[in-house]
Amino acid sequence: MTVTEIGSPRRRKEDQRLITGRTRYTDNIVLPGMLHLAMARSSFAHATTTAIDTHEATSSPGVVAVLTGRDVADEQGSLPCAWPITPDQKAPPHPAIAVDHVAFAGEVVACVIARSAAEARDAIELIDIDYDELPVVLDLEEALTDATLAHPDLGTNKSATWVFDSAEAGTGDDVAQALAASELVLERTYLQQRLIPAFMEPRSTVVDPTGEQITMWSATQVPHLLRLMLALTLSIPEGKVRVVAPDVGGGFGGKLQVTPEEVITMLAARRTGKPCKYTETRSESLMAAHHGRGQVQRLKLGATREGIVTGLSVDLLADMGAYLGLVTPGVPILGAFMYNSIYKFAAYRFSCTNLFTNKAWTDAYRGAGRPEATFAIERLMDDLAHELDMDPVELRRKNWIKHEEFPFSTIAGLEYDSGNYEAATDRALELFGYDDLCAERDRRRAAGDRVQLGIGVSTFTEMCGLAPSRVLGALSYAAGGWEHAQVRVLPTGAVEVVTGVSGHGQGHETAWSQIVADRLGVPFDSIEVLHGDTQTSQKGLDTYGSRSLVVGGMAVVAAADKVVEKARTVAAHLLEASTDDIEFAEGRFSVRGTDQGLALGEIAFATFSAHNLPDGFEPSLDSDATFDPENFSFPHGTHLAAMEVDTETGEVTLRKYVCVDDIGNVINPMIVDGQVHGGLVQGIAQALFEEAVHDESGTLVSGSFVDYLVPSAADLPSFTTDRTVTPSTTNALGVKGVGEAGTIASTPAIVNGVLDAIRHLGVQDIAMPCSPHRVWKALQDGASKGLGAEEPVPDRVAPEQDAGPMNSSGNLPTGDFQ
Amino acid sequence: MIPSAFDYHAPTSLDEALTLLAQGGDDAKILAGGQSLIPVMRLRLAGPELLIDLGRIDGLRGIEDDGDAVRIGAMTPHHDIASSALLGEHAALLCAAARTVADPQVRHRGTFGGALVHADPAGDMPAPALVLGAEFVIAGAGGIRTVSATDFFEGLFTTAVGEDEILTHVRIPKHTGWGARYEKFTRVAQQWSIVAVAATVRAEGSAIAEARVGLTNMGSVPIRAESVEAALAGCALEEAAIARACASAAEGTDPPTDTNGDADYRRHLATVLATRAVLSAAGG
Amino acid sequence: MATAQSTRTTSITVEVDDMTYTDVVEPRMLLVQYLRERLGKTGTLVGCDTTNCGACTVHLDGQSVKSCTMFAVQADGHAVTTIEGLAQGGELHPMQKAFHEKHALQCGFCTPGMIMQSIDLIKEHPDPDEHTVRDGLEGNLCRCTGYQNIVAAVQEAARTTRESAASTTEEGAA
Repeated sequence: MTVTEIGSPRRRKEDQRLITGRTRYTDNIVLPGMLHLAMARSSFAHATTTAIDTHEATSSPGVVAVLTGRDVADEQGSLPCAWPITPDQKAPPHPAIAVDHVAFAGEVVACVIARSAAEARDAIELIDIDYDELPVVLDLEEALTDATLAHPDLGTNKSATWVFDSAEAGTGDDVAQALAASELVLERTYLQQRLIPAFMEPRSTVVDPTGEQITMWSATQVPHLLRLMLALTLSIPEGKVRVVAPDVGGGFGGKLQVTPEEVITMLAARRTGKPCKYTETRSESLMAAHHGRGQVQRLKLGATREGIVTGLSVDLLADMGAYLGLVTPGVPILGAFMYNSIYKFAAYRFSCTNLFTNKAWTDAYRGAGRPEATFAIERLMDDLAHELDMDPVELRRKNWIKHEEFPFSTIAGLEYDSGNYEAATDRALELFGYDDLCAERDRRRAAGDRVQLGIGVSTFTEMCGLAPSRVLGALSYAAGGWEHAQVRVLPTGAVEVVTGVSGHGQGHETAWSQIVADRLGVPFDSIEVLHGDTQTSQKGLDTYGSRSLVVGGMAVVAAADKVVEKARTVAAHLLEASTDDIEFAEGRFSVRGTDQGLALGEIAFATFSAHNLPDGFEPSLDSDATFDPENFSFPHGTHLAAMEVDTETGEVTLRKYVCVDDIGNVINPMIVDGQVHGGLVQGIAQALFEEAVHDESGTLVSGSFVDYLVPSAADLPSFTTDRTVTPSTTNALGVKGVGEAGTIASTPAIVNGVLDAIRHLGVQDIAMPCSPHRVWKALQDGASKGLGAEEPVPDRVAPEQDAGPMNSSGNLPTGDFQ
Repeated sequence: MIPSAFDYHAPTSLDEALTLLAQGGDDAKILAGGQSLIPVMRLRLAGPELLIDLGRIDGLRGIEDDGDAVRIGAMTPHHDIASSALLGEHAALLCAAARTVADPQVRHRGTFGGALVHADPAGDMPAPALVLGAEFVIAGAGGIRTVSATDFFEGLFTTAVGEDEILTHVRIPKHTGWGARYEKFTRVAQQWSIVAVAATVRAEGSAIAEARVGLTNMGSVPIRAESVEAALAGCALEEAAIARACASAAEGTDPPTDTNGDADYRRHLATVLATRAVLSAAGG
Repeated sequence: MATAQSTRTTSITVEVDDMTYTDVVEPRMLLVQYLRERLGKTGTLVGCDTTNCGACTVHLDGQSVKSCTMFAVQADGHAVTTIEGLAQGGELHPMQKAFHEKHALQCGFCTPGMIMQSIDLIKEHPDPDEHTVRDGLEGNLCRCTGYQNIVAAVQEAARTTRESAASTTEEGAA
């Protein structure tokens, strides 16, 4: 098999419709007689709803019906959580429309169904709801005390506590002992602020109940999971539910969900017997689509005075928000295996307490647990380097797993198959001009320049390619981690590839075509990749966790290889040779040592007409494969950031960013670069710009793009990216996944760089995002009083805002949708 | 989001617009470029019952030489101001500020007059207009009157333009050849000013002869840093001297506290940005 | 606030992508809604409600504007170009080609607005450096690409546009 397509920067098949506006985003869908939904949402973070008067709304022009929680109480069930991380995990019921109480600002309390979106929106204002406010709990430390309960009926805010202990697991020593015996122990508390995935396409759902099946189009990353969950939640026969993810405008984990809005639209469609559409506004999206991150991290790192790490203890408080979404409680746990990162530890303990608060629930967001872990360990390593007056790269080099030591069993119980931290690091240092930049930093420091320079390092690995099903079972996740593909050769020789992954920008149609083109020796353009529709792609586990290529791509390879084997049998028969004598190369089967042969397309037509096939041979080349990975995959990389800090204003500028990532073999380098760029910006944005801020009554203050600062092109430079290639040894493609890598690595590189610039001025830590204000304050206050580790979590109590016209200087009062 | 319903008129004369405005009372709003009003309406933070669109009235748009001043029609978009050669020569500060408003698309539609009358404390055009000594030409049922910049900005989102009046033009006294700099501090490019300083300077040799310095978002109205202006008169064109002169920039200000910073920080920023703005405007 | 829908509507005539349409609309109908819902031009998208994201960017009389921050009635008598009106005679616009060539899109949601603004950008700055491109796109948010390839695409389109203008001039002069 000659490799021609794999490794090529093929331009994307997906582009044509996207650059010409011929798209099928869900909100574009229009069906005859379609009705429109608008949601009434609670402006209170915690309250009982004592009375709902929908009379005026129901008689408003164009309104067909108004649904309250009580109206659908018997049908709506409870939104699913597929991950009970412990047997005693506590969770409140999670109705799509709140019935008699609300637990976060933005929770749906009623739904208007009308003939136009404008009429639906108008009627929302006529719904009268009486709320009895209850005390809110927003801060994690406070939630831990159970002094105020997010859900009084639950009796506690603690959902579950999950522990991994290397001594108990038999992978290492007892961490308390290891730390006690260490020459040096660093204790730190870091904060992972709450973020909002903020995909560019607001969520939208259309349900058509008029067919034999109920069809739902939704801006989702998970059409298969959604189909299963809707069937279970609403007690609809699974075969009667069809879910389609048409064009989807970004997800980043934020569309990995079974949402109240999807359930409500389904209920509305069934009730009215008409197609129904709901499209959220951006304000609704920021407020009520699930959030990400949200942790208090208490860490202890033990080391020798020579800088060899000994033990690591991690104690997390994780913010669930008000409810448990589809994988909410599992997100921090995914990180549990990554705090030890690329380093060799003798002892490790991880403990996480998942807590409820009166905010929107959290769930997967790019990296899902691993960025949090990487941030913690990479910040610790830089802190340790500073403590020991050691170069931060050298400190890492002393502790990381050497290239020769792979495969390596880690203290967290994972086996890393392959890696080459040395090669990636050396290349990164060279591209970055590390020595020169360090020298410049030192010069500026000595001269007391107004603008200081800092170098930030982040060496990371991550676990992706979710996931070996047995491991998921061991972690109590309800589903598996396999992926499915079907490869069909049509009579004309064209090829259809059905894949169970569900792309929303990743270029699967292109990359899968490249894989199959090489595997079957057929032209790239003759391959059609079908996905995203449970009727077409009958089986799958969708896209998240950087799994599509590693798991989904391998399923495609397995299916394509089955096709080749079937075709080989037919070829042997038609060519009157033994199958052992049939060679397959570049799409052609030939008899060894002769020039007799048949192209795959000819075999396909022969199979289609079935006039002359071997006895007992099923007249079909079409093949299914379901691939369950035997291990996670472990991409890694070295990231370096040069940060400038204006000590007069606190302004931080990213001057230069270099990363060298190893994601195994590369299918399409152009797509890989794009994933890295996008991932970097999100990780950098966590470090510098983004934060979901709530005021003391639990209203989301950063409720629009005016205040939730997603960066534009004007806010960042271009990046220098490069690769080393250390193939994975656990899948035939040798690939490792890249979707989340940039995000996972970059956040600590930035913060480490900022601190490197101003540590000598007495700053030990700065809470993210490192806004100019925070940096300036840290500089003013010096090490002990800076807005950093020692400060209480600024679960950001912004002053109550004037409910006047739009106040542009930071706070748009957008919380009220009544 | 979809705004609530309203009646709409697009008069073709100023008189017609004034009549409609008077009839509409406090339920009526003027629609200029819409880049401030429409976002507020989409969030249903405002729901005027009647919108009077000035977009079809001739004579409200344009930048003209008017002797000792430049006359700018209220409906002139920020983009036109930013790229005006005439203003570049005679009131460069206005161009500098207009270039920073929002983003290119918004600058194509948003108007000078609209921004001034909206009077958002974080808006970029009021402070430059203030320090350049703008004269505001306002039409009402009783005729036309002119209001000086010092009297125009009255409070938060409030100006001297009455409920039944329309700002038609703004006259900017010429500051020919003065250096200018609008120093705008934001966390991301698209953001409203956290603090901004508008500075325009007439240099003479190696000293500043005169300076005008205005502050954005340091109070409910744009603020003229008069003590700074006084200190800058005759100041040497040298960073340390300018910094000393700008030390009082935050005097008399009442900056907000929000997620971008507290009042102390903003006061500090004002002095730092004033120094940088003046230095840059002076060509340093 | 209005509690009942106004029955007053207005007739507008707008040229969109080289075709003229006359419709009766409510004044509150945003231009982007008019394009999407009334004309079925769903290529232009809505990404936010505070005029930040730029996904709705179209050209009005040749200038880029955010169609979510205009009422359809304001477009009466004017000409609008959307992403769907760019390709001429089946041939993609140089900016569309450049976006494809440079992998300047992933999910595609920001893309129509990004392309429309980029075209305006290079009209105003025919030879933009990186800084000028990035500044010129400050009103268009993208969550997928990290912007780097978008910058490359805009500069590429600027280059091909300059080159074809130069060769046209040469041809004209010859």
